[in-house]
Amino acid sequence: MKTQRCKGTRDLSPGEMELFRLIEGTFRDACLNWGYQEVRTPTLEYLHLFTSVGTLTPGMLGRVYSFLDWDGWSGERVVLRPDGTIPVARLYIGSLEKEKLAKLFYVANTFIFEATGEKTRERWQCGAELVGVSSPSADVELVMLVLEVLKQLKIDGVKLKLSHAGLIRVLLARLGLSSEEQARVFDRILDGNTRELAGLGLDRNELETLSSLLGLKGKSSAFVRGLKALLAPDLAGLQPFIDDLVSVAGLLEALGADYQIDLASVRDFEYYTGTIFQLFKGRDKVGGGGRYDALIPLMGGKDTPASGVALYLDRLMDMVRPESLVKSGAPRILVRAEPEAAKEGFSLVTRLHEAGYRAEFNLGAQAVSGFDWTLDVKGRAPKFILTNKAKKKFEAQNIEEVLKLLKR
Amino acid sequence: MNKTIKIALPKGRLLAETAARLKEAGWGLDGYIASARLYRIKSRNFPGLSVKMFHERDIPIQVAIGNYDLGICGSDWIEELMVKYPGSALMKVGSLGYGKSALYAAVSPSEGMSTVEAVRERSGVVRIASEYPNLAEHFAVNLRLRRFGIFPLWGAAEAYPPESADLALLCGTEEELADCGLAPVAKVLGVSACLIANRNSWEAKDMKEIVASIYDKTTAREESELGVIEQYSGQRPRGLEVFPPGGDGDIVRLALPDGHQQSPTFDLLAKSGIGLDDYPSPTGNRRPTTDLAGMVIKVIRPQDMPLQVASGNFDLAITGRDWLCEHLYQFPTSPVKELVDLGSGRVKIVAVVSNDLPVADASDLRKFSTGRTVPLRVASEYVNIADKYARDNHLGLYRVVPTWGATEAFLPEDADLLIENTETGRTIARHNLKIIDMLFESTACLIGSSRRVASATKRDRINSIIQALQTGVKLN
Repeated sequence: MKTQRCKGTRDLSPGEMELFRLIEGTFRDACLNWGYQEVRTPTLEYLHLFTSVGTLTPGMLGRVYSFLDWDGWSGERVVLRPDGTIPVARLYIGSLEKEKLAKLFYVANTFIFEATGEKTRERWQCGAELVGVSSPSADVELVMLVLEVLKQLKIDGVKLKLSHAGLIRVLLARLGLSSEEQARVFDRILDGNTRELAGLGLDRNELETLSSLLGLKGKSSAFVRGLKALLAPDLAGLQPFIDDLVSVAGLLEALGADYQIDLASVRDFEYYTGTIFQLFKGRDKVGGGGRYDALIPLMGGKDTPASGVALYLDRLMDMVRPESLVKSGAPRILVRAEPEAAKEGFSLVTRLHEAGYRAEFNLGAQAVSGFDWTLDVKGRAPKFILTNKAKKKFEAQNIEEVLKLLKR
Repeated sequence: MNKTIKIALPKGRLLAETAARLKEAGWGLDGYIASARLYRIKSRNFPGLSVKMFHERDIPIQVAIGNYDLGICGSDWIEELMVKYPGSALMKVGSLGYGKSALYAAVSPSEGMSTVEAVRERSGVVRIASEYPNLAEHFAVNLRLRRFGIFPLWGAAEAYPPESADLALLCGTEEELADCGLAPVAKVLGVSACLIANRNSWEAKDMKEIVASIYDKTTAREESELGVIEQYSGQRPRGLEVFPPGGDGDIVRLALPDGHQQSPTFDLLAKSGIGLDDYPSPTGNRRPTTDLAGMVIKVIRPQDMPLQVASGNFDLAITGRDWLCEHLYQFPTSPVKELVDLGSGRVKIVAVVSNDLPVADASDLRKFSTGRTVPLRVASEYVNIADKYARDNHLGLYRVVPTWGATEAFLPEDADLLIENTETGRTIARHNLKIIDMLFESTACLIGSSRRVASATKRDRINSIIQALQTGVKLN
């Protein structure tokens, strides 16, 4: 019988795993350089962590992998983590709340059902969360961090899109929608259905205002100032949000980052309260994030501002070119021991590892061509024969001599 | 290729109207009556039609997994499956326009929650009891409840609020709800009888003639779609005596079974010196009273009792060991335990196959299941017992098909193995089936929780009920 892989999952082959670790390593190094600390949260969480108001949309909650745990007789479910940020916020509330500033990062898988099974239902993301700071600089730092990672991975042509959750909420409120309707309209926008706005019973003017705002796209902070003029009569409630967006955009512009403001470019998550940023390469979204000042208090923590960003590892794997892989510098050695010299062969491999070489014990199937040296171990003298890529041979009587020869 | 068209028809609430519709359509089904003992029926006028009767709740599952091409059942059971498995092969052809009712989310207004808003604003876990756990979850998520727990039920959802659940999701009319002391806060779904089809059969088989004989697309009108939740502000229904609040008082809460277990239970309690009023109730009252001080009683399904005791809604319950096992296999660390073996209602839980299958025991079954490319279909009302049996016996590729009664009719065409209860084995023999393994024996038992009871008065009361029942069992 053919054992089949679960629909909607993927295996990572050795080659893919190398890419995976390269991206993960690049991300880790960048985070550590920026002063972030790594955390890891469990795969299994309580579902209610995610059902609280203002976290995930009903559309997304309808696709989580939830089930009753072995002690779930109360009817409350557990879930395979559908999102990376909420568990980190929980961890912060649970054990780091004393810290005024927490800069955390993680590489984690998330699980969301996808009906066709063509896309993967288990996705990997590299995320960074900055807890405790509300300034636009914090948002800019996260953007700079991921842009740095993408640059090091030699992925270019990435487009940055900015929006603002606070701005959108105020606009919806101004259209005279009840809080119930607002939530629904916002869910639709978040689920990417801006076209379905037409079916929400808004009058023509309201609809036009909303869709013209959502349709606005611009490239500079001057554009935001223009937007400000456009909304002048209604400005009161919008002022702080526009200022916020102007600051973030202005700083990014000064740093030479290429971005576009696109108010409708908000998707997937509902916990955002401020600037939302998304990264696209062509039509593929490779990452995104934003400010979520209300999340930690909503989850029962203190009133703590925060923002975060994530890169989608699976997408990046398709974009990183293998030739940009950095090969490890240590020489590779194949140790071929005769049957009676197996003990010496294994001791030699261990010694070579200690000395910093990549050494393999020959199992008969390794291709010699991939190695810098082959090292034959015999039962009688000369005990060791070293052969380099140019097929030049050297003899040695003991391991010390082997190491000396390799050093030359 | 087999061109027989297989259709699953409902027993129960939709039977009479469905039978009338099919008679009008000239199907010529003679055995489709409430008292039918044989569930397989032939049509006189459509010789290519093969008909089988099912519990309504089984029908969407049977059509989705491809055992049946067509089916008729209420839209509530269709949505219950589709909301959880949108990618299944189940397809709703359309409403047949009869069997109308609605699925409501209802509360007991005595708790002060009479609107959806009030439910949402409630702090802590909102407990929802329903025969429709998937729709209940959908409702809770769309209502954006912060925390909720769902009690999946076999029945009697109307008996749960307010003491044993905050909300019940149940089918009926507003008047029926009011009679049970409940007020709707939302209409979740308009319900009517619907024709359903298996998507693959719909594409592969020519079913036009049969479908056209009962379903007219032009006159069919769709019921309200799932997703738009209509809100109600609950009117005050007739008053209801409710239990004192909380599980921490001195009052002992006892659950008694409905259905055929009622009269043996009544007799046993009488012998134990516990007098009951209105049990079994001719009017369907689910809150009988007792002459014993400090105890309140509710009548619910025995299947649902272990979960209710585990979650602390009841202190004691009279159920069967089969249902206790079913619960403990799902929740091994549950605090529920058997307190008294009441000795009555003795059944064996057995593994059953068709007489035609070359399988005599569990080891044959294992051989039969190895190397299969299609899953072995294990049908059972006891999904956790069935699943454990399959695991313990290393059945390779298998699938547990949940059923809601009359499981023996599933073999041989709709399942390969049953995990069933039997008293005498006669029903099994009559259906040309054989028992290949006995899992355990089950009798009625008193169950309780191993959690510590804070109140000394309540502890004493529980102990005296246990002792009274032990005495009653000896007299029985």
